[in-house]
This record gives sequence, structure tokens and C-alpha cells, in this order.
Amino acid sequence: MNAVEIKNIVKKYSKKKSSVTAVNNISFTVEEGELFGLLGPDGAGKSTIFRILTTLLLPDSGSATVLNYDIIKDWKEIRNIVGYMPGRFSLYQDLTVEENLEFFATVFNTTIQENYELVADIYKQLEPFKHRRAGKLSGGMKQKLALSCALIHKPKILFLDEPTTGVDPVSRKEFWEMLIRLKKQGISILVSTPYMDEANLCDRVALMQSGRILEIDTPQNIVNRFEKNLLAVRSGNMFNLLNDLRSIPQIESCFAFGDNHHVVIDETDFNSEDLKKYLISNGHSDISISSIEPTIEDCFMQLMKK
Amino acid sequence: MKQLISFVKKEFNHILRDRRTMLVLFGMPVVQLIIFGFAITTEVRNAKIAILDNSKDGITQKLITRIESTEYFDVEHSIVSDQQIEEAFKSGKIKLAVVFQPNFQNELSHSNKAQIQIIADATDPNQATTLTNYISAVVMDYQNELIELNKPPLTIETELRMLYNPQLKGAYISVPGVMALILLLVSAMMTSISVVKEKELGTMEILLVSPMKPWLVIISKAIPYFILSIVNVITILLLSVLLLDMPINGSLFLLISMTILYILCALSLGLLISTVTNSQLAAMLISLVGLMLPVVMLSGYAFPIANMPDALQLLANFSPAKWFIIIIKNVMIKGVGIERIWKEMLVISGMTLIFILISIKRFKIRLQ
Repeated sequence: MNAVEIKNIVKKYSKKKSSVTAVNNISFTVEEGELFGLLGPDGAGKSTIFRILTTLLLPDSGSATVLNYDIIKDWKEIRNIVGYMPGRFSLYQDLTVEENLEFFATVFNTTIQENYELVADIYKQLEPFKHRRAGKLSGGMKQKLALSCALIHKPKILFLDEPTTGVDPVSRKEFWEMLIRLKKQGISILVSTPYMDEANLCDRVALMQSGRILEIDTPQNIVNRFEKNLLAVRSGNMFNLLNDLRSIPQIESCFAFGDNHHVVIDETDFNSEDLKKYLISNGHSDISISSIEPTIEDCFMQLMKK
Repeated sequence: MKQLISFVKKEFNHILRDRRTMLVLFGMPVVQLIIFGFAITTEVRNAKIAILDNSKDGITQKLITRIESTEYFDVEHSIVSDQQIEEAFKSGKIKLAVVFQPNFQNELSHSNKAQIQIIADATDPNQATTLTNYISAVVMDYQNELIELNKPPLTIETELRMLYNPQLKGAYISVPGVMALILLLVSAMMTSISVVKEKELGTMEILLVSPMKPWLVIISKAIPYFILSIVNVITILLLSVLLLDMPINGSLFLLISMTILYILCALSLGLLISTVTNSQLAAMLISLVGLMLPVVMLSGYAFPIANMPDALQLLANFSPAKWFIIIIKNVMIKGVGIERIWKEMLVISGMTLIFILISIKRFKIRLQ
């Protein structure tokens, strides 16, 4: 049994005359106990997939199952077994931390005590603030509370829509550590994120853009499949450097990437030595060029170009 | 059951923690009732008037004394000429002037006819009419006495009796009106806003993806406002009886059960509104424009329905408030029993049923 099976799902949003295809013929499966990541920029169709899987939206065509329950026919059953954390913070801001958790526990016919173990790791961090109103929590704390609320009924599968967006790096790291711990307890997790660095923590990822899946594989395999040479280039004038690099015909692509520009280069008749000479002749100084291993983000940029 | 209790508790927390909601819920009824019951009234008391006596004889003196002795008028004695009267009207110092013709008594006894001119400031037509009526009544009274002394052959006496509200108190119309308005606002507007709020905040998404049945969510939303409405009804009734001297002539049980029926109608209307809107602002606008205005304008609360153009009269029938006001007036003031209001009761019940059916039909178990 697969945790999630999606086949040829299409979803269009129509507004008056124009219609936007949010999800365009997408198929993938999430195995039981897997931590599966949906990666992509805003507007890639990630939230729509979550809403279709949580039975909140009906697809225009295609079929999908969650733990063998059909998303159209068996919507009631699915709503009993999944834990869902929507994209934006969706708890009651005027209720305290404890009241929120208690409320969602009762809504799901359980109590905090009954499943305390499951949320203990997360909730322990929140307990000092349990009498604080949820609206007054920091971004990271809010997400931890939302996760606790999604987990309190011991769901068999978790749907987390961009749980770490707008959260500081330390809290993001903690959050992912929790997800990995939950995975070890056998809970299947489908998580979406716009942060590429989080992809490496997933078992498998689907790279998405404009409603399509560009690639599905383990993060390692995706990186391994990157065949081109990748250089990190730096100089005294980074802005001009980007323009100059992009004007070189042998350079396939060039993106600003933190302190460096990542350059994909066709090395058959143009190597890093040639590049350095060219840049010096264009007036650049302090040039540093090094060959690097690609990351998921490099792969994503490369795939998006196709 | 546990779900329901927990949900209702949560809902009460929302309400009790929001000062503005609390103010609308409990401040508004009291303030409205007092304003409409006390301040806004068509009764006239202590209106400033001037009397210009160009005759100064026995009869005019007697008439002036009678006018002065009523509590309606407050005679401005400093005004003694035509010019002063005009000035006083312009500056708004007086609302009405009484002018006796010269040789009043002589004319009356010799030609059986004498003239009194009554001039009123009609910038407020209602007040002007009321005041001139009062003055005329005083003069008529005195005339009747004179006629009796002269033993005329035939007289027709009109005897007025204001039934149910002999003192013509404004509260008799404002209390049913305020009740209709407040209950509609609290039940329909607040319920629709609170349901739509869940949609707007995204919490509806989580509630939908939960084992909780959608209709249970809706019922849990309505229960707190039902309870608060009952509290409001009790407050309004207590204030009306204790402060505004309203009677409750009919059965209290009938009054309360009719009010509960109306609350249910308003709640179902609120749920209907929440199924057609997605933003709190829209829900509020629909409630205010779509509910409050008709209640004030078309229910017979502010303007008599019988005076409206046919189209508006027809439209007024669709406002549950109209029927509720009829019921309340009948039960509270006339003291009638169910046999006289069952038709109105059926109308409100029918409306409630229709609102609920449409709501159920329109309620979405999914987004969009």
C-alpha cells in the first residue's frame, strides 16, 4: 500500500475569462513511511496538490488515493486519518497555546494526554508559553504549535504545506529534526518547501514548476545526474561579473548564488583558464574560479531551463 | 458531544476576549433601547410658545390661563408684538404663536364669531402638527363650555380614546423595533461574521479536514449566539418594563417562545449569509445593508408600512422583522393569545425553514 498515489491530476482555476492551470497532469507516489518533499517556487502548484489530497479541492481530471482511500469517494475516511498543516498559520490567534492544542485534540476525538508522547518533543518547547495567546508567539513557535495540532490525533500521514516558510534558520533546522523523528515512528510525510537546502533531508523529492513535475528522485540521484561542469566564480565587481559571464557564448547559464556566481560551462573548447583570461581582459580583478559539486538548487535551475 | 462542548467553549472564548464584539453584543442593545425609548419621542413637552393678546378681555385671559396650565406649553411672556414674534420664530426661540384678534370678546358675543390665529414653525412638520392639535383642543374645550352655557339646539361631541397606549408613549413602538433589530444583528450578523472568520483565517480548512461533521461546526457556531441573544432579550425586556414602563399584557411564555422562533430565523439567515460570502467585510456589509436597513425602513418600525408605495409594501413582507414586530406588539401591548398571531408565526417559521434548506444546499464540504 502506498501512502499517496496521484495519477494524471489536472486542476485549473478559472476566473471570469482567463483560466490558470495550477496542476498540469501530475503523477507520483509516496511510499509508506517515506518523507517526500515537493520543491518549487511560489505558484508551482504545491498547495493545490495538498488541497486535492486533503479532499478540500476536487481535481478536474485524474485520480488519487491516500492510504488506498479515494480522494473523491472516500473523503470522509481520509479526513479522519490525515494530519494537515495549511500553508499559512491557521490556528486561533486569540486562544492560548494550550487551548488551541486542547481544542484540536477534541475535534479529532482524542485528548492531549492520550497522544502526549507523539507531540512531547515539540510541545515541551512550547510548554513554558502554554498560557500565551497563539498570536503572540514567534514564527517558529507558531509552526511548532501548528505541527503539534496536526499531530495530536496520531495521523497515519502528515501533509505539511510550506511549514518552514518565514521561520528563522535555527527553528527551521529544529523543525526538520522533528520531521525526521516522526518519520522514524512510521508516519508518512508529504512536505512542501521553497527552500532547496531542505530537499537533502527528504527521502525523495519532486521538483515542481508551473504545475508540472520536472523530476522525481532521491536528492542524491538528482545531484548525481547533473552532468555539466559547474564553476563558482568570484571577482571584485560581482554585478558586472554576472553580466560579463552571461555574455560569453560557451557559458550555458549563470546565476548569483550567495557569495559566488554559479556557472555551467561547456568545457570542450573553453575551460576555466580561458575564462580567467577573458575576465582579466574585461577589467576584473581578484578573480577566483573553482570547480564545485552541484546542489539541488543547481539541478533545479538547470531543469527549469529545459 | 465532547466536540460540541469544546467548540462552544472555544467560541465563547473568542467572543469574551474581543472587546469590540462584547460592546456590540451588550452595549448596543442597552444604548439603543434607551435612545429610542427616551430621547427620540414624538411626545411634545414644554414647547416654547408666544401669546399675543390684542384684546386683553375676560375670555382671552381665561383661554391663556388654560393654555398655560397644560404641561405641553411654556409661554414666553416677553413677546408682545408682531415683530417680536417673527424674530422669535427666526431665532428658533418659539415653536408656535397664538394671536388673539382685537375686541375678541365683543366680536364673539355680538357676531358669534371671533378669530384666533395659530402660527407654527413647520420646519419639523410632525411637531408643528402635534402642537397645533394641542392648542386647538384647548380652544375647542373652552368653546364647548361656552356653547353649553348658551344651550344650543344640537351638538356632536367627539370623544377620543387612544387604545392600548393612552399616553401615546414612544417606547411602545421603539421596544418591539429595537428587539427586532438587535436580535437580527446579534444572531445574523455576528454568526455570519464568525463563520466567515474561520474561512478567512484558514482555520476552516483544518476543521474541514477533521472528523468533525460540517453541520456540527455550524451548530456549534450558532449556539453561543443563541444563548447571547436570549440574554439580550431578557435585558431588553427588563429595561422596557422597569425603565420605560412598558407593560407585558400577554403571556410571557408566548412572548419568549415567539422571540426564540425569531432568533432561530435570524440565526439561519446568518448561516445563509456565511455560505455566500468569503470575507468578514462582505458578511458585515450584507448584514448591515441587507438586514438592518430593511428592519429600520421597511418593518414598520420607523415608517408606517401602510403609507409606503405598493412595491415597498410588497418588499416589506420579506423582512422577518416586520412579522416579528407585529407579533411583539400584539402580545406585549394588546395582550392577545396565539390565536391572533399564528399567521405571523407561520410566516417566520416558513422563512426559517427556507433559510436552513438553502444553507444546507449551499454549504460546501470543500473549498470553493
